[in-house]
Amino acid sequence: MDIDLPLIWAGLIAFSVLAYVVLDGFDLGVGILFPLFPEKHDRDVMMNSVAPVWDGNETWLVLGGGGLMAVFPLAYATVLPALYAPIIAMLLGLIFRGVAFEYRWRTRRGEFLWNWAFAGGSTLAAFAQGLALGALVQGIPVEDRAYVGGWWDWLTPFSIVTGLAIVVGYALLGATWLIMKTRGALADSARTIALRCSFATIAAMGIVSLWTPFLEPVYLERWFGWPTAIFSVIVPLLVLGCLYLLLNGIRDRHDTQPFIAALGLFVLGYIGIGISFYPYIVPPSLTIWDAAAPDGSLAFLLVGAVILVPIILAYTAYAYWVFRGKVDPEEGYH
Amino acid sequence: MFEAFDATLIARIQFAFTVSFHIIFPAFSIGLASYLAVLEGLWLWKNDDVYLELFNFWKTIFAVAFGMGVVSGIVMSYQFGTNWSVFSDKAGPVIGPLMGYEVLTAFFLEAGFLGVMLFGLNRVGPRLHFLATAMVAFGTLISATWILAVNSWMQTPAGFSVNEAGQFVPVDWWAVIFNPSFPYRLVHMVLAAYLTTAFVVGACGAWHLLRNTAPRRARTMFSMAMWMAAIVAPIQIFAGDQHGLNTLEHQPAKVMAMEGHYQSHPDGAPLILFGIPNFDDKRVDYAIEIPKLSSLILKHSLDAPLAGLDTIPEQLQPPVGIVFWSFRVMLLMGFSMLGIGLWSLWCRYRGTLHTNDWLHRIAVLMGPAGFVAVLAGWITTEVGRQPYTVYGHLMTADSVSPIETPAVGASLIAFIIVYFLVFGAGTFYILRLMARLPRDTLPELGEGPIRTAGVTPGPAQPHGGQHGH
Repeated sequence: MDIDLPLIWAGLIAFSVLAYVVLDGFDLGVGILFPLFPEKHDRDVMMNSVAPVWDGNETWLVLGGGGLMAVFPLAYATVLPALYAPIIAMLLGLIFRGVAFEYRWRTRRGEFLWNWAFAGGSTLAAFAQGLALGALVQGIPVEDRAYVGGWWDWLTPFSIVTGLAIVVGYALLGATWLIMKTRGALADSARTIALRCSFATIAAMGIVSLWTPFLEPVYLERWFGWPTAIFSVIVPLLVLGCLYLLLNGIRDRHDTQPFIAALGLFVLGYIGIGISFYPYIVPPSLTIWDAAAPDGSLAFLLVGAVILVPIILAYTAYAYWVFRGKVDPEEGYH
Repeated sequence: MFEAFDATLIARIQFAFTVSFHIIFPAFSIGLASYLAVLEGLWLWKNDDVYLELFNFWKTIFAVAFGMGVVSGIVMSYQFGTNWSVFSDKAGPVIGPLMGYEVLTAFFLEAGFLGVMLFGLNRVGPRLHFLATAMVAFGTLISATWILAVNSWMQTPAGFSVNEAGQFVPVDWWAVIFNPSFPYRLVHMVLAAYLTTAFVVGACGAWHLLRNTAPRRARTMFSMAMWMAAIVAPIQIFAGDQHGLNTLEHQPAKVMAMEGHYQSHPDGAPLILFGIPNFDDKRVDYAIEIPKLSSLILKHSLDAPLAGLDTIPEQLQPPVGIVFWSFRVMLLMGFSMLGIGLWSLWCRYRGTLHTNDWLHRIAVLMGPAGFVAVLAGWITTEVGRQPYTVYGHLMTADSVSPIETPAVGASLIAFIIVYFLVFGAGTFYILRLMARLPRDTLPELGEGPIRTAGVTPGPAQPHGGQHGH
């Protein structure tokens, strides 16, 4: 067969993880920002702004997990044991913040508990995802189709920095989302926060970008060797462009521009990681082709993905369209 | 503190614990989603607001249960990799794509339309809203179909070969999906979900009939639930019997454990009603048994020979004690549900369905019966699959991740604490919601505007205008 199925699937899984990061990124970000908005009314609006869509956003994470098992089972079977503690922490964080969407409205006495569950769970999930990303970038040793590293390998200064970077980045997405979806004092606070998060995010991206090439010779070669070094110029320039749009959008009180620009930052960061990784799926141990399932599995699921992903994108877009515009503070079924 | 356990056992306990909690929510939400679609359909068709009121009442409960199902489900989709990595590597090429299809065809559908269903009635109008509700219900059924194909393949694997890396490789997808036990398991589980929901709805209706809070709504839901019980319970017992015969054909050791047949019976095996399986002496102590009935049920002949566990090497036998008991618990629940269904038919015929306090009291008591039956049934089939993960091909002991005991032990403890806390609270909130069926004639005491649509005729616009346009 001439079609390189593993490569196509690597692209699709990358797309699904990216979709997860930007979509759940903003609703986790809203949770991370919860403690900065002590007023109950503000919190109600913040939660209602993501309540109709968070479940769909998290489904991309399930697709990332289920899809990885289907098409790169060896990557699924080595990365998850290697990242055992951060993955479990992420799952527990997602439990707390996921149930908070409903529980928070079911009790007055216990509401503060679920506010904390929402904020704490969102922050924990984001930090754990950042830890996992950092540990993956650092590399996962594999022998005989099994993870052979230690149980604390995921915890390093680098992974802590990536953990914090993701928390700050999601907070930026959340703040710009709130600028887009809310009005008045709430939106004004969101602007102030978004401004601070912009600088923090750029700083974090800078630190991680400068640090990454020195973790693995492959990354160094990728970013400073010809011809891939072209990206070392293009990507940072585009990042600066996004930053410009972001800061301008916040200053000029645009509704949507800051959010779009923040999404752009995430996409660029993600592309940067993709450039570093290729052709590995588990650096530095497994390439895309090492980890791929047999072609029969790849082809079978690809047929469904080609037909269904556009349909999913269409009705997901419809769901967002139904809840478009500013959140009406009086609305919400709660 | 984990010296007494090995990592495999802890990983098994963790999987059993998390999946048992998880199955409770789909078992309820599959049935409830369909019930919501029926209620909204009836409201649109008959234009009777009692159906919309019931829809809004159960919708809120559905949202809480569905949320718990989502978050406990995300755990499952990662736990294969974290704790069963060898299994994932080997079986991933076959079951992974099925789970991928579950996400693509079901989870996105449910999640995409759930928001519209919960929050969107005023924004999209009743007809599109009904479509959203129907899509959510349809999604839960598609989801059940795929995940039961996965589970059935692990029970009765078919349509695969094994490659040089030791992976199961798909050869015939049709055979993989429609493996021998799949149709039986799917029917049995979907009916179980419907029965579970029927008994929860029935208990809620009966509770409010006893308290006489909202007679019209309580009568409507109690009557609907009892119709379901009376119709579905006998079908379920028949489906279960067929499923059992299928298991006898493909996993005879499981049936031997269910029946407590340590010994072979060359001329007619007894049906052991109760007894205490004695592992050391390979027999069932204090057995109350009916001679030859097991052969009659399983082989449709009084004198048909039935092999026992003595024909299976000991290391390949499932744990008899657990399977024997869980099977009986399931049966007890199933026949009790049938009893309630028949009793309700009799009361209905006599015209006392809504006045017979004893029926209502027992129905309240039977509220959790479906959950107990579902858990007991799953324990029977999953423990009965041991010592394999992929029956006959991959041992459980060879499936586990190379993770150290303290790490798995710590995560198990974390899951236990968090699940009891979080899902305990959720169960409490659901019970409290069920107890607060608003009175028929008074305005609803909701905390927000949209729920007040429940007491005004038609697709109410409580703030007198269109939102968000």
